Amino acid sequence: MSTAHTHSAPHTTGHAHDAHDHHGPEKGWKRWVFATNHKDIGTMYMLFSLLMFFIGGSMAMIIRAELFQPGLQLVDPQFFNSMTTMHALIMIFGAVMPAFVGLANWMIPLQVGAPDMALPRMNNFSFWILPFAFSLLLATLFVPGGAPAGGWTMYPPLSQQNGTSFPMLIFAVHLMGASSIMGAINVVVTIMNMRAPGMSLLKMPLFVWTWLITAYLLVAVMPVLAGAVTMLLTDHYFGTTFFEAAGGGDPVMFQHIFWFFGHPEVYIMILPAFGIVSEIIPTFSRKPLFGYDAMVYATASIAFLSFIVWAHHMFTVGMPLAGQMFFMLATMLISVPTGVKVFNWTATMFKGSISFEPPMLFALSFLFLFTIGGFSGLMLAIVPADFQYHDTYFVVAHFHYVLVPGAVFAIMAGVYYWLPKWTGHMYSIKLAKVHFWVSTIFVNVLFFPQHFLGLAGMPRRIPDYSTQFADWNMVSSIGAFGFGLSQLLFAYIVISAIRGGVKASDKVWDSGTPQGLEWTLSSPPPYHSFELPPEVK
Amino acid sequence: MEREEDQVGAMAQMSKSLKYVAGAIAASLPASAAFAAWELNMTVGVTELSRDIHGLHMLIFWICVLIAVAVFGMMIYSLVKFRHSRGAVAATFDHSTKAEIIWTIIPCAILVGMAIPAAETLIKIEDTRDSQLSIKVTGYQWKWQYEYLDKNVRFFSTLNREHDRARQLKSGVDPFSVPNYLLEVDRPLVVPVGAKVRVLLTSSDVIHAWWVPAFGMKKDAIPGFVNEMWFRADKPGTYRGQCAELCGRDHGFMPVVVEVKPQAEFDAWLQEQQQAGAPAAASAAAAVTVESAAATVAKAE
Repeated sequence: MSTAHTHSAPHTTGHAHDAHDHHGPEKGWKRWVFATNHKDIGTMYMLFSLLMFFIGGSMAMIIRAELFQPGLQLVDPQFFNSMTTMHALIMIFGAVMPAFVGLANWMIPLQVGAPDMALPRMNNFSFWILPFAFSLLLATLFVPGGAPAGGWTMYPPLSQQNGTSFPMLIFAVHLMGASSIMGAINVVVTIMNMRAPGMSLLKMPLFVWTWLITAYLLVAVMPVLAGAVTMLLTDHYFGTTFFEAAGGGDPVMFQHIFWFFGHPEVYIMILPAFGIVSEIIPTFSRKPLFGYDAMVYATASIAFLSFIVWAHHMFTVGMPLAGQMFFMLATMLISVPTGVKVFNWTATMFKGSISFEPPMLFALSFLFLFTIGGFSGLMLAIVPADFQYHDTYFVVAHFHYVLVPGAVFAIMAGVYYWLPKWTGHMYSIKLAKVHFWVSTIFVNVLFFPQHFLGLAGMPRRIPDYSTQFADWNMVSSIGAFGFGLSQLLFAYIVISAIRGGVKASDKVWDSGTPQGLEWTLSSPPPYHSFELPPEVK
Repeated sequence: MEREEDQVGAMAQMSKSLKYVAGAIAASLPASAAFAAWELNMTVGVTELSRDIHGLHMLIFWICVLIAVAVFGMMIYSLVKFRHSRGAVAATFDHSTKAEIIWTIIPCAILVGMAIPAAETLIKIEDTRDSQLSIKVTGYQWKWQYEYLDKNVRFFSTLNREHDRARQLKSGVDPFSVPNYLLEVDRPLVVPVGAKVRVLLTSSDVIHAWWVPAFGMKKDAIPGFVNEMWFRADKPGTYRGQCAELCGRDHGFMPVVVEVKPQAEFDAWLQEQQQAGAPAAASAAAAVTVESAAATVAKAE
């Protein structure tokens, strides 16, 4: 998203660059296909994520349109199941994770004072796998039998009933996993080796810290997912019976393996969000982050606990009493470090001098609404109550609260915070505030009633429902359409800022107190961020 | 004078339309009460477990509300009081060991307070001993089979036909015209009131989950496994629920309906089933074989 981006548009011929005496970007398509620059790759990751956000979002619109009123009006139940499955896969692996990797690519070298990521060619590879992975996944919509419809969790035996889409899904997941692992390795190697002199680990910005821990989580669990789906594949084609009861296998084992990946995955999608919010709140409170060390330790504790709580996703499969107790207590324990984070953010604002620029507005929305998601998470941890909540809309409300006004709002806060740094242009603050208000209002209209639906007894993943659920479903659908439409405004604001606008200063947020090396560079930063390492005192 | 008359006329008209609105609301009230529309919370069920679970749910909910009032209160106070636009000057402190220890320890104490009642209820839930009746529930795509163990009664329970017609894509049938839309079966499960019923759950194809909200429990029906749960319904009546685990195309269309009857009525019903059952059970078994053969063929295709 640097200014050179706009210059590439009128470019027509490829032989313009003759001398190799400068380190500017390649001209034309080669700049993107052979990209090794962390900013270019970061930009591609984020634009890809935005595209997937709209594709996954359109699927959500189909889901909410069908659920607008009882009765089947628009789609076949099988297609409905495909929509819920694909919506989840695309939003998780296509929208949220690549957005965070894009932010990592852009910001980690800037924040640790490095010229680029440590492994630039692998960086290129990890990005360019994604378009292939998602083309493969989206192509399943057009194969006989339709797209995967067994849920994004791919539980056997149901997932084995997919038609032609089955091997395509498995291969797409393998590709996404490979991409994530490469991205994670790059982050670890960059942070461990390329920090500016004087930047000890406990002087790193929190966004860098949370990403370091996230990267370790990715390296630890992505291979587990790959193993799980490979076993599904061999069960299907090579006569193994890992998960088939008839052959002595165990369908529940898949769930254990899947959620051993799946729960850390949840934190992979929220820890970098914590990092972004920890950067923004101090800037606009004009006060240093409260309890930096505690924030780092809390992040590490959450990451550790994420490995020992997986079975809370499957309390209803029938576990021994001791197992249920253990997973209940471990899950409840997560609320302690998470609480520490929320308290520290609040204490950062306490006795600060707060202003409400768009990044701060989104960070505040995150703070309030993520906390609501945390409360419903605590309720879900209580096993006996979970026997009622499990697989109802209460769960849908819970994880959308932590993922949409949680992860997605944090990503938007990060984009509004750093976009002027990336492009050199300030976006329209007024439009961004409009985007904030419509998003925050509609996201609540969309997801809050889903708590009520779940408590009243509506199961999730159903295309049609009994008439007592009609009212809140209609409200929720109206919220969904409003939320979906408001995101077009986000795309407009971002694209306008890429194309031009008022020049942003180096510090961008002159009225606030932005801390960190990224603000010492020009806006946009030079193509190779720090040619000489800055000194950190 | 003229204007006054106009006003009076307008007011009369307004009160007329108000009456109409009020009438419409009043007319819709009994209906909405019957369908529990705009329901906000978990309803109290008819078993001891469901009441315990409801109590636990409300306890945790109110604890969360209290914490929310404190935390959100502090956030809102900070946002109002320490505004840059009102000339607030930022302090410079960046930690307080005392505060951090306090807000680590207090949540731990609250968690212990939640965990104890939760553990007690959980132990009660897991105690399936001394049941008076055992029913094996088998999930199929997309119906339930109920088998009264040692009673020689076994039958399938499927979505009611009228409902099945109404739920077809663009059926033209208004779901509101079908009572208990999607929550009606051809043959409900019948159990005696006040008896501890043990439910054994399994599946013949994919994973399903058997759930009646009024009984407070749901559990997965998994091929190759037999899961256990129990309930004791205190009040006769008809209780409705549905499959809770995604099980394929018609996951949304396999309801659970349980009729709780007084013991004498249940005994009479059971006897009737047993008398009619001897040949029926045999044909049901044959139907299963035919069906699974059909499923195999479909899979092979």
